[in-house]
Amino acid sequence: MEGELGWWGVLIAVLGGAVRVSTPYLFVALGETLTERAGRVNLGLEGTLVLGAMTAFATSVLTGSPWLGVLAAGFAGLCLGALHAVICNLPRVNDIAVGIALFVFGTGLAFYLGKDFIQPRAEMLPGLPLGDWSEIPAIQSALEISPLFLLGIALAFFLDWALRRTRWGLLLRMAGENAEAGRALGLSVPRIRLAATAAGGFLSGIGGAFLSLDYPGNWNEGLSSGQGLMAVALVIFARWNPIRCFWASLLFGGATALGPALQTVGISSGYYLFNAAPYMLTLLLLIWASSPRETLVGAPRELSISR
Amino acid sequence: MSGTDTTDAPANGRWPESLRSLLGSAGSGGLEAVLLSALALVVAFFLFGVFVTVQGHDPAAVYRTLWLGAFGTRFSIENTLTLAAPIILTAMATLIPARVGLLVIGGEGALIMGGLGAVLAGVALAGLPGLLGIAICCAAGALAGALWLAFAGALKHWRGVNETIATLLLNYIAIAIMLHLVTGPIRDLAVPIKAQSWSIPEAFRMGDIPGWSVHWGLLIGVAVVACVHVLTRHTVTGFSMAILGGNRRAAQMAGLDIGRLTLLACAVGGAAAGLAGAIEVVAVHGAASESLVVGFGYTGILVAFLARQNALAVLLVALIIGGIAASGGLLQRRFGMPDAATDLLQGMIFLCVLASNALAGRLLPGGR
Amino acid sequence: MMARSRITRRGVLSGASNVLTASAFAAMGGFRALAATEGTIGFIYVGPRDDYGWNQAHAVAAASIAEAPGISLVEQERVPETEEVARVMEGMIQLDGVKVLFPTSFGYWPFIQELAPKYPDVLFIHAGGLWKPGDQPNTIGYRGYMEEPHYLAGIAAGHLSKTGKLGFIGAKPLYFVFNNCNGLTLGARSVNPEATTQVVITGEWNNPVKEADAVNAMIDQGVDVICANVDSPKVAIETAERRGVMSVGYHTDQSDLAPKGFLTGAEWNWAKGGDFAMAHLADAEFPNLYRGGFDREMVKISPFGAAVPDEVRAEIMAARDGFLDGSLLLYQGPLMDNNGNTVVEDGTGIPNDDNDFKLSVKWLVEGVTGETGLE
Repeated sequence: MEGELGWWGVLIAVLGGAVRVSTPYLFVALGETLTERAGRVNLGLEGTLVLGAMTAFATSVLTGSPWLGVLAAGFAGLCLGALHAVICNLPRVNDIAVGIALFVFGTGLAFYLGKDFIQPRAEMLPGLPLGDWSEIPAIQSALEISPLFLLGIALAFFLDWALRRTRWGLLLRMAGENAEAGRALGLSVPRIRLAATAAGGFLSGIGGAFLSLDYPGNWNEGLSSGQGLMAVALVIFARWNPIRCFWASLLFGGATALGPALQTVGISSGYYLFNAAPYMLTLLLLIWASSPRETLVGAPRELSISR
Repeated sequence: MSGTDTTDAPANGRWPESLRSLLGSAGSGGLEAVLLSALALVVAFFLFGVFVTVQGHDPAAVYRTLWLGAFGTRFSIENTLTLAAPIILTAMATLIPARVGLLVIGGEGALIMGGLGAVLAGVALAGLPGLLGIAICCAAGALAGALWLAFAGALKHWRGVNETIATLLLNYIAIAIMLHLVTGPIRDLAVPIKAQSWSIPEAFRMGDIPGWSVHWGLLIGVAVVACVHVLTRHTVTGFSMAILGGNRRAAQMAGLDIGRLTLLACAVGGAAAGLAGAIEVVAVHGAASESLVVGFGYTGILVAFLARQNALAVLLVALIIGGIAASGGLLQRRFGMPDAATDLLQGMIFLCVLASNALAGRLLPGGR
Repeated sequence: MMARSRITRRGVLSGASNVLTASAFAAMGGFRALAATEGTIGFIYVGPRDDYGWNQAHAVAAASIAEAPGISLVEQERVPETEEVARVMEGMIQLDGVKVLFPTSFGYWPFIQELAPKYPDVLFIHAGGLWKPGDQPNTIGYRGYMEEPHYLAGIAAGHLSKTGKLGFIGAKPLYFVFNNCNGLTLGARSVNPEATTQVVITGEWNNPVKEADAVNAMIDQGVDVICANVDSPKVAIETAERRGVMSVGYHTDQSDLAPKGFLTGAEWNWAKGGDFAMAHLADAEFPNLYRGGFDREMVKISPFGAAVPDEVRAEIMAARDGFLDGSLLLYQGPLMDNNGNTVVEDGTGIPNDDNDFKLSVKWLVEGVTGETGLE
């Protein structure tokens, strides 16, 4: 407990922050990747995230079981995702607009029903102490890993594999790359997209559960500062690849932790600009990677935003 | 309503087509659009009624209170009009780009940039006569908003960057720039109670419409709507925009300058939202601060969709949405409902309006 | 320098004149004892009213004021510091018949001043202590000197911190946040001259992720006492507890959030506002500015946590008595800021109720790592 870690402390804080803050990004990004690879954009995942956070917290308060809360959050997200898909499956309905509507609806519902749960304290998800080998508390803390984080990593690799190697991965990609050909093969593209969007909602809901039951571990209206929206940008940043989603989540998480960490070593101006760094990064990447003539590399061709 | 409906969608035109039918009048025209929106509203109000009943409230009493808070007294009406003023303008930031087939959600960022522009102009030009100062502040705000969204338009045209995502990101960036400036470089240190920018001169403050406690911004908004209506429906440029929005390839074949139209649509939309920010500064705050970030830009998106691309309809829709927002407080105080009740109702309306689009062309006999 | 050495006679006098009105009022003994009063009071909050923080501190006061017979209460939450609050106030007056308004967020003040002339029969009681001559007569500013309980908490922190490093999270770069940070640091350094305080400004009143990040980053730098001046310190205190470090509360009693590491906390006593409300409803007089610390029961400290030994408790209570009788001054010369400038000359001291001086604080005392960004 020597104290003075100085710049090493900043590095540890950023790495620790990357691990702690990245999990909701990761889950929402993986959910959105699934949805977008099937050819839909769900811009409403911010609403899903917030509803998931509230549901998880409320469930944990009422039942005392945080894992039940995670499950409930996933279910709430699944419902919102399914709602998105069902409305989008109607003719002449624009998926991005439905996403914005679901964003308003989901946060509204979460804030309405969550009013009674602002004050109570909920049972939190337990962490796995992977840093006990170290003497330095900072490292111990940075390496107290949430099981959801590990689950998220496993999921990223699993989805990457499943999208490329399994039958349903192929169907999903077909719905996203060439719906016409899918229809010719007798596939129900709307049904595939329903499944993909609902699954995406499920994952985003779990991302919300992490916010309220792990880090920072609280529920109120200010809990999410746009992580769900940012995750949608993150998917583009990661070019629709689940494993790159993981790295991008770490990057975005670390960027979030950078501002406060720099202040602890005396760099105290410009915190608002640091906060916006991930958005600027994503915009720069978009500008760099886009081209007026072709779609973004890796973008599902059916996707409205890649055209 | 508009004479530009294309009968069949181009092979590569799903995006503009879906957007057009969403925002635009479909098939049999204006009457159907009105009926569809009205139907959607009724369904949404019904669903919300079910929700509040489940929550243990009397829906009839809730709706009576909603009416009281929105239109029931002179005070309520003034309240509703004040809330409607900025969202009329921010709706244009989505509505006008939609005419050329772009889905822009950057009204919030443009509004903030407009507020900043107005403050900088107002501070720099202290000493000018009041009316001139107000005009220049508003112009500066509009210019700032126009440039902000024109940037997104330029990215779209020359780099192919998706305008929805770009404007979403630009919203966050605008907020960060403004907060950074007002907590440091342009902070007024004489104001201890909050981090805000220097104030514009008192002479540049815009007052209320005589006899009403509603500021002039409302009438400016109405004037802008009229101009936008003329621009989109009665000018060659507006017609060209509609062609581009309907069918990009047809626009190319007709030799239209797509880049210019794209930029123009984004710039005009941004100017309207920027003007909203400028009005917030000259009529309400007198300075830029966190108080500019209250979501008028996002509500504008909802208004634009509900109005189905029709500038004039924006006026009516803004009244309805403004009224709902205005009555939120009363719902809280009379029923102990959470403040989010109005968000929830707006979300339901939004969803129902979008879903109602599926009925376009089928509602009236003789539709498409 | 000019602004800083405001210990001029005039400064003290103008401060004192406000105090006179206020103490005259205090001498009258409040108004709960007056004949039965009736009326509706309205509370307006900037956030949720059960946030374990700023809003809850007011909501507690609202509930206690509404207990009086004849008083009914309307409340509205999550009202932003914009024109919106003017509309809410007007709505409460026009549609609910409210006679006394408590718009509780600091930034509501300009909107209150704008609206007050239109409703001279309504009393506007604002939790900011910002009233100055020339402001509307039917408005009141009242606020406790929170730097005093922060000083007391600092004593506990100074004794119990092993690293001698305290961490202070400020939401915004505002003068009262600086005062509180100064109070905490001065208290700690009064018992451990080597103690330092690290400051992190999050930029938002309510951003749990950023607050938790700030706590973690500071703990990684060796900080072992956390104090968070944000709307709801709940997350900061719970995070500190989880990391096994100590914490200091703010706004309300947060001792149950951190059974192991909680030291004590700086709490408001907003219920005092009820006296003004009763006075107004009974057509009696009230002061326009009411500021005070322990001497006027405007502030208090939270119950001590288990970590605080008895002798430290006794020392803290002694310091509290010093604030009570005025023998202990928060800003006592010689005092330097953390840039090496003298802010209070040797041999002088700032009276604890010098409101103008405290409003003008744009610096952090020696021993604080961080900048106000205002100099």
